[in-house]
Amino acid sequence: MEKVLMKGNEALAEAAIRAGCKCFFGYPITPQTELSEYLAKQMPKRGGVFLQAESEVAAINMVLGAAGTGTRVMTSSSSPGISLKSEGISYIAGSDVPCLIVNVERGGPGLGSIQPSQQDYWQATKGLGHGDFHLIILAPNSVQEVVNLVTKAFDLGEKYRMPVMLLSDGLLGQMMEPVEFPEITPSQADNSAWAACGTKMEREHHIVNSLYIEALDLEEQVKRRYERYAKIEETEAMAETYLCEDADIIVTAFGATSRVAKSAVNKARAEGIKAGLFRPITLWPFPKAELNAACKNAKAVLSVEMNMGQMIDDVKLALDCRLPVSFFGRTGGVVPSPKEVLEELRKLNGGAQ
Amino acid sequence: MAVKFQRPHSLCDVRLHYCAGCTHGIIHRLVAEVIDEMGIEGTTVGVCPVGCSVFAYNYFNCDMIEAPHGRAPAVATGVKRARPDLNVFTYQGDGDLAAIGTAETVHAATRGENIVVIFVNNGTYGMTGGQMAPTTLPGQVTTTSPYGRDPKTAGYPVRVCEMLSTLSGTALAVRTAVDSVPHIRETKKMIRKAFENQQRGNGFSIVEVLSTCPSNWGLTPKESIKRLQEECIPYYPLGVYKDVEIAEANADLLAMGGAAK
Repeated sequence: MEKVLMKGNEALAEAAIRAGCKCFFGYPITPQTELSEYLAKQMPKRGGVFLQAESEVAAINMVLGAAGTGTRVMTSSSSPGISLKSEGISYIAGSDVPCLIVNVERGGPGLGSIQPSQQDYWQATKGLGHGDFHLIILAPNSVQEVVNLVTKAFDLGEKYRMPVMLLSDGLLGQMMEPVEFPEITPSQADNSAWAACGTKMEREHHIVNSLYIEALDLEEQVKRRYERYAKIEETEAMAETYLCEDADIIVTAFGATSRVAKSAVNKARAEGIKAGLFRPITLWPFPKAELNAACKNAKAVLSVEMNMGQMIDDVKLALDCRLPVSFFGRTGGVVPSPKEVLEELRKLNGGAQ
Repeated sequence: MAVKFQRPHSLCDVRLHYCAGCTHGIIHRLVAEVIDEMGIEGTTVGVCPVGCSVFAYNYFNCDMIEAPHGRAPAVATGVKRARPDLNVFTYQGDGDLAAIGTAETVHAATRGENIVVIFVNNGTYGMTGGQMAPTTLPGQVTTTSPYGRDPKTAGYPVRVCEMLSTLSGTALAVRTAVDSVPHIRETKKMIRKAFENQQRGNGFSIVEVLSTCPSNWGLTPKESIKRLQEECIPYYPLGVYKDVEIAEANADLLAMGGAAK
């Protein structure tokens, strides 16, 4: 199939339609704009539903309704909008229904900025709403990987009956790259055991619900969900390693920042610094075993992020603090440069050169 | 022996948790009777709120979804847009619909979302123990308006049907009550009309049912009915605030030179 040049946000939208997404509910916000605008144009022509809700709060609850019927559904937003959606995300997780949530991150806190950021790492991996729950968090680093992970996100959500987040950012969303759209295997998901789509008077009624008024019932329900989470942690973690085999210093970076980090690693290697790159593709589950394997010969780790240091917590936990882990990041919508990262690598390698 | 009266099939054979004298039971039954009589139980999805009727998913025999507080019209929108072939209704109280869910209510109505909203208005937050609701009457004592609702500081009650009747997407906005047999029969008639509107694709239909809360009003069931008649109905007049079918029929009559009904 031939490649086409597309913006990250538009490629994501096209991939979602091809993945069989039937409904989109959203509310305007920068920098995810092109994603909704693309779907507004395309969904009606291609048998889908596009609806602009009155708020992010309403949009995520429309997602809950559509997901409750067993329909492939998604929403997209950017950081402040995801905060508003967190109520609904908690209910969706507690109701065990699948959906895709896209966060094209921008700077925060508050209204922050509209420039690229990775300030929602904590929110995505640890705090998407009240209660004991996780979302699977996928963090692509190219427009092609955005496309590839959209189908995977829907499939994972349906396999484990849970919401999945695709964590993009203003950089990935706005930049154009050549992409090809792979052939899609139609979803094999069977939702007949739980979907609220009419009993047809042929079965007991289905209830899509997150309320368990008896404490022991709720505990049981949460524990069963955590059994699924354990299986996901065991089998679904994904990461990319680059020149890690003999590396003294491992740079950890996810999403768009990993592209900057890779450039810095290449520059460092040219100077004789043995640097490597470890890139988590799933942020939850965090690829702990993969990181430990990548760090087997390393003496130091540098976490590079577009925030003040969020993923670094998971890096330290995964390594059980057995290696020194330092941090470099830019925040507020500022993208770190390869030169700045290289400077950090030089320092770690025994002083500035 | 011929069966004269029985539990509607659309109501589950379970014990309801509602307080003695609460009118939710009557309203549940009316909705279930309409679903039975229209033969739509197998193609209906109900959406319940947060509030006293939060457990309604255990009481209706059709498929049910539990919505976050106030979000039932948005959840119902998602169901209906994903599956237009389904009959969708929400069952909400006044705190849910007219306070925290005001935006969802108004926008579902103005979009002409093709759903049925059963709005049970008893002027209090029953589930949490009788706090002031958006529909609590001026002067009414609640746990959070202990000196009586003072409009100067707590604002005025919301008249939902009047407000929604101004929106083009609203097909039916009607206020009824369950204080007497004739009003209960009228309520059922309006619930049926709302579901028929949905089947005809008319748009958003809301049936506001004035209801009681003996436990939190601190009155006996009988006294509660009396208060409903003497205090609530005068503030919230019963009647049809908008009926798009009557409006269209009148327009046709006027176009033909006749007199509007």
